[in-house]
Amino acid sequence: MITVQNLKKTFGPKVAVNGVSFTVEKGEVLGFLGPNGAGKSTTMRMITGFLPPTAGTVRVGAYDIVEQPLEAKRLLGYLPENAPAYTDMTVYGFLSFAAELRGMRGQARKQAVQRAVETCFLENVVHQSVDTLSKGYRHRTCFAQSILHDPEILIMDEPTDGLDPNQKHEVRQLIRRMGERKAIIFSTHILEEVDAACTRAIIIDRGQIVANGTPADLKARSELAGAVTLSVDGVSAGAVTPKLGALPTVRKTVVVTEREGAAVVRAFPSASVRNGDLARSVSDLAAREGWRIGELHTEEGRLDEVFRSITRPDTVKES
Amino acid sequence: MNTSLGNIAAITKRELTGYFASPVAYVFLVIYLLLTGFFTFMVGRAPFFELGQASLVTMFLWQPWLFLFLVPAVAMRLWSEERRLGTIELLLTMPVTPWQAIVGKFLASWLFLGLALALTFPTWITVNYLGSPDNGVILGSYVGCALLAGAYLAIGCMTSAMTRNQVISFILSVVICLFLILAGFPPVTNLIAQWFGPGMVSAVASFSVITHFEPFQKGLLDSRNILFFLSLIGFTLFTTGVILRGHRAG
Repeated sequence: MITVQNLKKTFGPKVAVNGVSFTVEKGEVLGFLGPNGAGKSTTMRMITGFLPPTAGTVRVGAYDIVEQPLEAKRLLGYLPENAPAYTDMTVYGFLSFAAELRGMRGQARKQAVQRAVETCFLENVVHQSVDTLSKGYRHRTCFAQSILHDPEILIMDEPTDGLDPNQKHEVRQLIRRMGERKAIIFSTHILEEVDAACTRAIIIDRGQIVANGTPADLKARSELAGAVTLSVDGVSAGAVTPKLGALPTVRKTVVVTEREGAAVVRAFPSASVRNGDLARSVSDLAAREGWRIGELHTEEGRLDEVFRSITRPDTVKES
Repeated sequence: MNTSLGNIAAITKRELTGYFASPVAYVFLVIYLLLTGFFTFMVGRAPFFELGQASLVTMFLWQPWLFLFLVPAVAMRLWSEERRLGTIELLLTMPVTPWQAIVGKFLASWLFLGLALALTFPTWITVNYLGSPDNGVILGSYVGCALLAGAYLAIGCMTSAMTRNQVISFILSVVICLFLILAGFPPVTNLIAQWFGPGMVSAVASFSVITHFEPFQKGLLDSRNILFFLSLIGFTLFTTGVILRGHRAG
């Protein structure tokens, strides 16, 4: 549904987006991750046709966003960053206006507005002016605007920004539900959201894609992925680690915590070890040694670790 | 074609409701009418009653100067507010062309100014009650005023697109409009004659809104003057489009 090829955007001497390519199909929810200023918003603005790309192409459905902007924009719903809305209008007026620009008239428009109001739980504030709304309601108003015409493609820039935990949960559920029938791109820097809502994630840093895969793929890139964490009662860490380290399946061991009478130790797999082998060999060893295991599990890997290892914080000076 | 008219209509309607949703519209209308009344009846060598003629010439005489401050005040929010709120991103990612948005916004403010102008009708009734004025001249003057307001407004649109700061937009458009008024005044034309020679005088003076506005006050609907205002509106709105595109091109 969306094909982005070699997208590039420069603002004067600054390169904001540099050669980004990816595709999103129907039924996919693509999470767009990256540090602040990585080029997430700029990329989304180019996909939605707000910013013209310096180079590269964006195809939305069958249309090129630069060549046939109106046809492409009809397929899109867009929630810009910070959820802007006309402050001098009521929620209903604002949504009606958006529906009108989407070409809906009369009864169709009323129904579309009504549906969006229900989906986004805006019934309580329908006739309230936008500038009197709390941030959460304003956010949802802008969100409602993006789904009015039931678009095939939804693009959302930080859809959960500024919402409370309940609202965040609600929005993620909504994204996941809608993702079954639509192609969705949303940006976030909350990593749990990737797990909660995405089928695929792209990490972008300094204008370039540095990772592209399912949340599980990405987590597997974490150093932690595949490691076995073992907590043993009644034995000191000093006694456990040498024996663990001697296993052929173990590359290295790390003591996580050690308290009186209990140790938590982590063993990292050697290069060629298959999934599950490490855990089996560790539990066999524990059985032989007669350790009392409190807990034994294989780590999935953590997204934040992957994120940190492949993106550069903005506190680092550009070379 | 139908959808583009529909889009323009939707944007015009939104902008007009926007004016009346806040006190801006009412404050503007009251101040405009008060000032018009004040200048018509109290100011000048021969105000309305002392003139001894059944005509609205004293009213229309002052309009270019009133508009100089009031029209930029109406126009200043058109695009700068849109940029400040970030709603421009919504508007231009809708299936709407920038042209439709520019024309829609312009029409809304123009209609609003037309309403302000129409609300001076009690003066027209008064003068018709007191005597028998040449209503053709009055109609011509109204048309001239509307065109003049449109020209100022289009300039205000342009400066509003330049900045997200409404004050800067206001000042810029006042200065440009002031130049367009003064371009035909002797102190300025003399200066231009001194600096660039008399050849330039007519070139610069032909940009003056006053020289093109005066015939309307005599009831003359000359196509050249109408064309002047319409092309000024067209040109500045086109420039607005270029400026808006420039922001996005980066």
